[in-house]
Amino acid sequence: MSNKTVLYDKHIEYGGKIVDFAGWQMPVNYGSQIDEHHQVRQDAGMFDVSHMTVIDLTGEGVKPFLQVLLANDVVRLKQPGKALYSCMLNHDGGVIDDLIVYFMHDDWYRMVVNAATRDKDLAWIDEQSAGYDVEINERSDLAMIAVQGPHAREKAIEALPVDVVEAVSGLERFFGCACGEWFVGRTGYTGEDGFEIMLPDTEAPALWDGLAEAGVKPCGLGARDTLRLEAGMNLYGADMTESTSPLISGLGWTVAWEPEDREFIGRTILQEQRDQGVVSKWVGLILEGKGILRGHQKVVVEGVGEGETTSGTFSPTLKRSIALARVPKETGDKCQVEIRGKLLNAFVVKPVFVRDGKAAS
Amino acid sequence: MSEIPSELKYTKSHEWVRDEGDGTVTVGITDHAQELLGDLVFVELPETGTEMSAEDAVCVVESVKAASDVYMPVSGEVVVVNEGLVDAPETINDSPYDDGWLIKIKLSNPDELSGLMDADSYDVETAED
Repeated sequence: MSNKTVLYDKHIEYGGKIVDFAGWQMPVNYGSQIDEHHQVRQDAGMFDVSHMTVIDLTGEGVKPFLQVLLANDVVRLKQPGKALYSCMLNHDGGVIDDLIVYFMHDDWYRMVVNAATRDKDLAWIDEQSAGYDVEINERSDLAMIAVQGPHAREKAIEALPVDVVEAVSGLERFFGCACGEWFVGRTGYTGEDGFEIMLPDTEAPALWDGLAEAGVKPCGLGARDTLRLEAGMNLYGADMTESTSPLISGLGWTVAWEPEDREFIGRTILQEQRDQGVVSKWVGLILEGKGILRGHQKVVVEGVGEGETTSGTFSPTLKRSIALARVPKETGDKCQVEIRGKLLNAFVVKPVFVRDGKAAS
Repeated sequence: MSEIPSELKYTKSHEWVRDEGDGTVTVGITDHAQELLGDLVFVELPETGTEMSAEDAVCVVESVKAASDVYMPVSGEVVVVNEGLVDAPETINDSPYDDGWLIKIKLSNPDELSGLMDADSYDVETAED
């Protein structure tokens, strides 16, 4: 299987190095992923995220359906356009996927789910929707370009059509707005301000060129991963999976416990886990010396116990290696990580490494 | 297309070898290898004096993406390591065949050199990747 987004030819034209990602031929970088990382932290970069799955849910029964399907509560979305981050759980409280849902109006919500989980997500959503007045439409006719960085919005505005510019002016953080077939969210996966722009496939290559002309540099999936990790954002399949509860993956804040009678899928087990008390905590690690943290390395906390990294990388902003990890609750501010048989010292910090382009701590 | 200097010898695992003509060789990773790995951010070098056989893992190079072992192209003793790489691993990306060299080896069995690939064979090898 080898899918291409509508921007594939643009990636080749702009010098993208293509790799397989979840069955998609995607650019991992256009030369240097570290340069692309700094470009987003300091100015503006763009990512082709058209491989992600956009799903429109419409009909009278959408709201009650999503209140059951998602661990976060869409009732929190009162203003049109408002976005919500949520997990979609299985009956065992494991995470099927994490997603963003935009509230457009009472009978239209738009969801964006991961590319790698598309098939199982759609099957699950379809199965759970039985009995609800809901229509589920995958929008594979849409491309998506994320423009991210401190100067992303001003540069993107130079490239957007006039009516879209009008629609996005005054758009607040974590809101989206539709303008004809275009949809712009002030959201992202880098910890920087910016837009995620959904638009008809046929119009995407011209927008890519227009953004490049406005000084927005193409960035690959490599930089996307280091940016999200520095921002402390979870990656599905690494930091949480179907066999981990959101409560042990730093996602407890996304579970809406109130109202108590909202019976979302997975609630019973999650409630039990919460009552018993969670014995691990979700932290960030910064390696003291040289070396690179990766996922699934053993974390040793002297006198306390052991944990595990779930994803790790080199942080271009901190110029040190960082990781997200699950460690025993009693862990203090230091630990060791086993890399190729050696125990290396690491600092234990809150799981956010970079905020607004600078070191968080 | 990646650069493959004709005066060097190569291995299937993407090391290059320069015969210094005095019983020692200089070893690094090829342009093709650094391109595959992407931005290098960490290098773990061996202690000088380490003796190893051909195909033993002798160094680790890590890019943002992945860790990769570097293997001894020939048997011998590691006599010099490129300490400068510890603080500037990106040198390997910038200059894989010159400033980005990894180690120098004193050959224990000079005959092994003839078993390495020449540039043309390595070119064919990487074309199949």
